[in-house]
Amino acid sequence: MFDTLSDKLQATLGDLRGKGRLDDEQISKAMREIRLALLEADVNFQVVKDFVAQVRERATGQDVLKSLTPGQQVVKIVHEELTALMGSGGSRLAFGKPPTVILMAGLQGSGKTTTSAKLALHLRKAGKNPALVAADLQRPAAIDQLEQLGRQIQIPVYRKDTQDPVEVVKYALQAATSAGNDVVIVDTAGRLHVDEALMDELVRVRDAAKPMNVLLVLDAMTGQEAVNVAEAFQERVAFDGVVLTKLDGDARGGAALSVRQVTGKPIKYVSVGEKLDQLEEFHPDRMASRILGMGDVLTLIEKAEAAVEEDEQEAMEARMRSGQFTFDDFLSAQKMLKRMGPIQGVLKMIPGLGNQLKDVDIDERQLARVEAIVLSMTPQERRMPHLINGSRRQRIAAGSGQTIQDVNKLLTARKQMEKMMKQMGKGKMPTLPQQMTKAGRR
Amino acid sequence: MARSWAELLGDEDGPEETAEQQRGVFGRLRESLGKSRRALTGELAAATFDPGNEEDWERLEEALIRGDVGVRATAELIRRLEARGELGDLGEALAEEIADLLGEPATLNVSAKPSVILVVGVNGTGKTTTIGKLAQKLREHDRSVLLGAADTFRAAAEEQLEIWAKRAQADFVGAPHGADPAAVAYDAVEAARARGHDVAIVDTAGRLHTQSNLMEELAKVRRVIESRLEGAPHETLLVVDATTGQNGLQQARLFGESAGVTGVALTKLDGSAKGGVAVAIAYELGLPVKLIGVGEGLDDLRPFDPHDFARALVAG
Repeated sequence: MFDTLSDKLQATLGDLRGKGRLDDEQISKAMREIRLALLEADVNFQVVKDFVAQVRERATGQDVLKSLTPGQQVVKIVHEELTALMGSGGSRLAFGKPPTVILMAGLQGSGKTTTSAKLALHLRKAGKNPALVAADLQRPAAIDQLEQLGRQIQIPVYRKDTQDPVEVVKYALQAATSAGNDVVIVDTAGRLHVDEALMDELVRVRDAAKPMNVLLVLDAMTGQEAVNVAEAFQERVAFDGVVLTKLDGDARGGAALSVRQVTGKPIKYVSVGEKLDQLEEFHPDRMASRILGMGDVLTLIEKAEAAVEEDEQEAMEARMRSGQFTFDDFLSAQKMLKRMGPIQGVLKMIPGLGNQLKDVDIDERQLARVEAIVLSMTPQERRMPHLINGSRRQRIAAGSGQTIQDVNKLLTARKQMEKMMKQMGKGKMPTLPQQMTKAGRR
Repeated sequence: MARSWAELLGDEDGPEETAEQQRGVFGRLRESLGKSRRALTGELAAATFDPGNEEDWERLEEALIRGDVGVRATAELIRRLEARGELGDLGEALAEEIADLLGEPATLNVSAKPSVILVVGVNGTGKTTTIGKLAQKLREHDRSVLLGAADTFRAAAEEQLEIWAKRAQADFVGAPHGADPAAVAYDAVEAARARGHDVAIVDTAGRLHTQSNLMEELAKVRRVIESRLEGAPHETLLVVDATTGQNGLQQARLFGESAGVTGVALTKLDGSAKGGVAVAIAYELGLPVKLIGVGEGLDDLRPFDPHDFARALVAG
């Protein structure tokens, strides 16, 4: 459903590669598409208006570069402007006389508690000695949640049985000082920005905690409301930066742009998964791509690099070059893919491909079933697939809960794969096995 | 008159709802949608709206977008208003069209004994809280309720639900952290049947709809419930945070595919968020809103009334 903006612009503007300047009419058409794309990405409507006016000015009268289509040219301008907008301002946390206090604030359900734990882990990896403070006294079991997370990552959690979060903070600061914690992360209760009483409480917590950093935790799926939320928190507790959460979903995350534009405060971190190590620094260029629905090559490359350990990769490459592809290779390839995250997400990050694949449903269940088949083979069978005869096929099918036909299909696919590897080894461009591209189509 | 719980549950009668309760919710909804109301009437300047003026239409469009109604549903509303020719009172006309997109007032299917309600959604939308309040409401309407804690992933989720179960005097089936959620669902359905409860509500872990392994897990929970009890789950409620933007559509679409969603519970409407994404979901996917959450209090979980909602959204 997410046609990329560049594809849409391509369709609107046509292929006028290298044919001079963008004229007024073209620009107006392009601006309409950009406006819609940004609105669908949940960028605040006023921010969209201002932004489009700005881009229009820059695009007017520009020469179309020889190498680009007018559509690409416009996208390039938009992308640059977006990146510049979201990029200015520091993304680092401030540290002072220990303990440095970081106060987490935000709406209910934005992910404060999990983000607090993630940030603690992140800072410990950076050489700090952090502690967590359970100052959410509103939500049932919130303290338990933080304590359990703290145990998982072995970071102390300070708590106190009281009704007043200010007391918790005071106690925790003392405890942290005597325990030698140099960073204290305070998890507060989620609150609506229109709830005066709770916002007052937050102000009191801030005054007691004297944080060097107040972070607003914001759900990437937030709609037009993001601006009101950010303005209200800005006014009451003057936050220093934003942590954008749930970016592992498919929300385009236009709220990031809105909040940056309206408050001027930078986005410092993004949260990209449920695991506690899935907190990343913010990259404005990637966010710009995401908001525009343009794919994200950089993130993909980085993910791939992180997922594949080097020697593993070399060994695999060597085997591939020799034209071998056993089921052991298959398993390790699958493992690498998995480490990169949901396959659909990975593929979407490849510009151009995202659009081609929009109707192809990459069925990860299918992959799991295939894995089950491979795991039902003996190590010997995995190394030497030609051994797999009729009775072995029957055993494998029974062991994996799949049909013999499924097992046969996989055996054929492996053969094709091996053939492809051989072609690649000889320097030819392989043709994708039919089955791979066809299987997933709805 | 706002929609009552008895109407939602399909009961002939139920505990009398005080005028205060009913007016209370409408008032609260108005209050919570107040910013939107001001925005809309301000944007529209409804009294001076001139159907011949392109700029007036644009302002209307912007107002709807600002309420998270989304580009497509907004275009449809504008198209319908234009087709009317004579508009009369713009606010009135707009509210009518929005209510029309939202569909008929829905009921909650809890007539079977036991009825199973499966509750799903992305992280942090308020599933557990909604279940807690729903349990209390069902209890007030003479149903014995069992809560099943099939969120075995999030730290302390089970504890949170158990606290709600105690408050609502509901029976409770839990499992240790990391247990198979389908097994918990199984136990919950079995226990509800064996102990003669009227309704079993199964809480699930929040998950992003893009995580296909977790969505597969959810589909399994559903299959297990289906296989244990004919006709179950009788309702599968998707809990959507009213502050959600257009991603709410994707949530509804993908949760619908995996879990067979029958209705939406729209939470956190007590902020200044308009919850316009509910209009987009109803229009594009035909999925009705059944419950709304307008505050932290117990009485703040309410049956959804399309006309109330539309009026509060547009005109107050």
